[in-house]
Amino acid sequence: MQTLLIIAILLFGFLITFQIAKASEYVSILRGEEKSRKQNNRINAFLLLVFLVVGLIGVYYCNEKLSGKILQLGSAASDHGIDIDKMLKITLILTGIVFVITQILLFWFSFKYQETEKREVFYFPHDNRLEIIWTVVPAIVLTVMVGFGLYYWYRITGEAPQGTTYVEVTGKQYEWIFRYPGKDDELGKKYYKNIDASKGNTLGQLWDDAANFDDIVVNQEMHLVVNKPVRLVINSQDVIHSVGLPHFRMKMDAVPGTPTTMWFTPTKTTKQMRQENNDPEFVFEISCNQLCGKGHYSMRGIVVVETQEEYDIWMAAKTPKYLEIFPEQEPISKTIAAVTKEH
Amino acid sequence: MSNEATLNDHTTDTNHSEHSDVHHQQQSFVSKYIFSQDHKTIGKQFLITGIVWAIIGGLFSVLFRLQLGFPEQTFPILETFLGRWAKGGVIQPEFYYALVTIHGTVLVFFVLTAGLSGTFANLLIPLQIGARDMASPFLNMLSYWFFFLASVIMLSSLFVHTGPASGGWTIYPPLSALGQSGDGLKIGMDLWLISMAMFIVSSLLGGLNYIATILNMRTKGMSMTRLPLPMWAILFTSILGVLSFPVLLSGAILLLFDRNLGTSFYLSDIVIAGEILPNEGGSAILFQHLFWFLGHPEVYIILLPAMGMVSEILSVNSKKPIFGYMAMIGSMFAICSLGFLVWAHHMFVTGLNPFLGSVFVLLTLLIAVPSAIKVFNWLTTLWRGSIRFTPAMIFAIGFVSLFISGGLTGLFLGNSTIDIYLHDTKFVVAHFHIVMGVASMFGMFAGIYHWFPKMFGRYLNNTLGYIHFWGTIICAYLIFWPMHYEGLAGVPRRYLDLRGWHSFNQFEDLNKLISIVTIIVFAIQLMFVFNFFYSIFKGRKVRVQNPWGSNTLEWTTPINPGHGNWPGEIPEVHRWPYDYGKGGRSFIPQTEPFGADESKDH
Repeated sequence: MQTLLIIAILLFGFLITFQIAKASEYVSILRGEEKSRKQNNRINAFLLLVFLVVGLIGVYYCNEKLSGKILQLGSAASDHGIDIDKMLKITLILTGIVFVITQILLFWFSFKYQETEKREVFYFPHDNRLEIIWTVVPAIVLTVMVGFGLYYWYRITGEAPQGTTYVEVTGKQYEWIFRYPGKDDELGKKYYKNIDASKGNTLGQLWDDAANFDDIVVNQEMHLVVNKPVRLVINSQDVIHSVGLPHFRMKMDAVPGTPTTMWFTPTKTTKQMRQENNDPEFVFEISCNQLCGKGHYSMRGIVVVETQEEYDIWMAAKTPKYLEIFPEQEPISKTIAAVTKEH
Repeated sequence: MSNEATLNDHTTDTNHSEHSDVHHQQQSFVSKYIFSQDHKTIGKQFLITGIVWAIIGGLFSVLFRLQLGFPEQTFPILETFLGRWAKGGVIQPEFYYALVTIHGTVLVFFVLTAGLSGTFANLLIPLQIGARDMASPFLNMLSYWFFFLASVIMLSSLFVHTGPASGGWTIYPPLSALGQSGDGLKIGMDLWLISMAMFIVSSLLGGLNYIATILNMRTKGMSMTRLPLPMWAILFTSILGVLSFPVLLSGAILLLFDRNLGTSFYLSDIVIAGEILPNEGGSAILFQHLFWFLGHPEVYIILLPAMGMVSEILSVNSKKPIFGYMAMIGSMFAICSLGFLVWAHHMFVTGLNPFLGSVFVLLTLLIAVPSAIKVFNWLTTLWRGSIRFTPAMIFAIGFVSLFISGGLTGLFLGNSTIDIYLHDTKFVVAHFHIVMGVASMFGMFAGIYHWFPKMFGRYLNNTLGYIHFWGTIICAYLIFWPMHYEGLAGVPRRYLDLRGWHSFNQFEDLNKLISIVTIIVFAIQLMFVFNFFYSIFKGRKVRVQNPWGSNTLEWTTPINPGHGNWPGEIPEVHRWPYDYGKGGRSFIPQTEPFGADESKDH
């Protein structure tokens, strides 16, 4: 009923608009087309100026309303995130200046140089000096942006520092699986054809590789240590996903068949973020950023950043996947792990 | 049908001319309106098909905005029309993704490529260069009918049981390669690929024809540097299309092989829905390279014709030459060549080699230089002109405003450092909708309002035109400006429900607002469509040959030109097309020889 009403109102509004438009055409013919054209010209020139002023106020108002709801520049929870925020700020300032100047010129010129009786057109087909100015100036500004951009880009994508820990992240429709290397600091081999959910081998780990014996597999929640660089080794089992970490400003696709990596150092714990944002329910979320099927919008994971002590307690309570599946192997795996470590 | 009478009058005129024997004296309805080889009719066919697709694509955006803005509400009427796709009046996720996929595909390819280039290339090339028709009118006709075939196939995919393609308009495999990954990736995806293959054939036939015509069939005196800017824009567009569409075709064919013949071009190490696939050794990223090798030039294929038309319209209605004609051509050339070298900026976070990424950053940001040149040249064209705000002109000004707004956000995304953060968020959606979507639509509207008198011998209703402009530009900014903020909160694109997320659920009111504005702006577009069809038959008649006081050749033809365009000899060209306001004269047509004491400067 409501829908019908809305449609009826729209139709009615449309009919009225159309009748007015038609009538105005007749009126313009009666009054003399030239005269009404000039009037339209003045109205539209004025409206363009109004649009400029209201538009710029709108831009300001929009920022007032929404700036509290976005991730604040400089509030990133990782070292790379801080770099990205800086780059964003540089770009925002430079493009902001250009935006305001060019929009003002566009609408101001449109208003100022509207057709009038005594307006004389200035025949001005080209001017090499002007052309050179607005080739060179943008080029210089862009060089600055490219320079800063690449400086940060290489810092972010460059080699991770010594002592970086790593975690394997695997995406599948529509969940995240994390694997920690365990005590030997080495992820065991895996092969996708070994994946067998019914036997609990969700990643396809090869059980004849001793490095797998202490690998710990957790679902949906990844724990990281604050101020300790970490490298994520990212995989996918089915379609392309993307590990999106908005609070760390990081992102990397998960591509089946081609592992990808990214590293960063979380600089704020979940608890710190809760205090900072005055939000006791705050969590770092992992969002899938690449369309991966009908559950894409709900492919959520969680990152918990905590101190080393908290992390150790959490980790100590975990059983390696191998022992979950083969509980009888516990003593053997321990010996093998010890032997591997000695080598 | 007085229009018809006028049209027929001129056909009779043509018959007296030397070309009368080339064409049938009495064309049947079929050869005149359906399988026509007249470039003007083909242009209109592209335009009307494009309008139909724009309505479908726009309607789809209204549907998915309903879900985005009102995720808690049910709309029983949707179930009435859509059945199980909107079970209980709620749009189902699979259907949501089908809607966004078809919305994107249709608007990018069918509306803003075929509907924009197809229309104005066909309509304007022979008229503005001074030719009787295209180099090959028959290929031209085929180009339309392949597009029509593509349209029929795409349309039929909407009605198959498992639904149309739902892998996003970029159809990244493995999602798009595996029917197991969702209903919309079954037969709907195959139909999508076949439809696109037909579309590419259409685009190539058209593009080759446009290039051949512009290079070979210019009238006497029409040197390349006397071409109006829309011609240069279309020439560059066609070159881009001819060189890059085949790459997409190859990508699509390999994808069809992967889907149906068991090959592994894009597939490796996949377990889907519990099934272990045998494919090994393929690369999912390969497809992205092939796709974006077209996909990025495609952006310029869409934008360049709009830029060309806007340049022309700004100059005509400021009654002032376009500033920096050669710089305009140069910057289009630069955009066209750089356009080929930036595709991987869509792939910064796919695991691309960081060094390669940095090369693409440099080349991408470099495009901002020719873009800046164009903007400043447009601004200078307005400066000290005498501006007449026809609906076409005001849309052209709107185009420049939107191009600035959307172009500047490109500097965020083209910089790989920031792209890590903003990639695949709503920021991207806002960026490309403003710069490629709405801006190009504005260029297209400007073109329609400006050349409608040439197409149909009648004017569009002015008042509706102004309402159309003001409504659309206000709504466009209301929709897409605040959307950047969602992106800056990290909200990913293609999320149909944000309620399950702690970090993204703060935009409830904003999403409602955007959805309501979308419905309003869609209604305004319907009003334009009504104006369009109404004015074809009932619009105010054009009574002067050159209503806008324009220099270019199309306005030297009769008000309703017949097949062959000029009743007598094709006019000879003596000057460039932008002598406006020279020596106190408001315009000097290209056909007028140089005066004895006239300065040669331009």
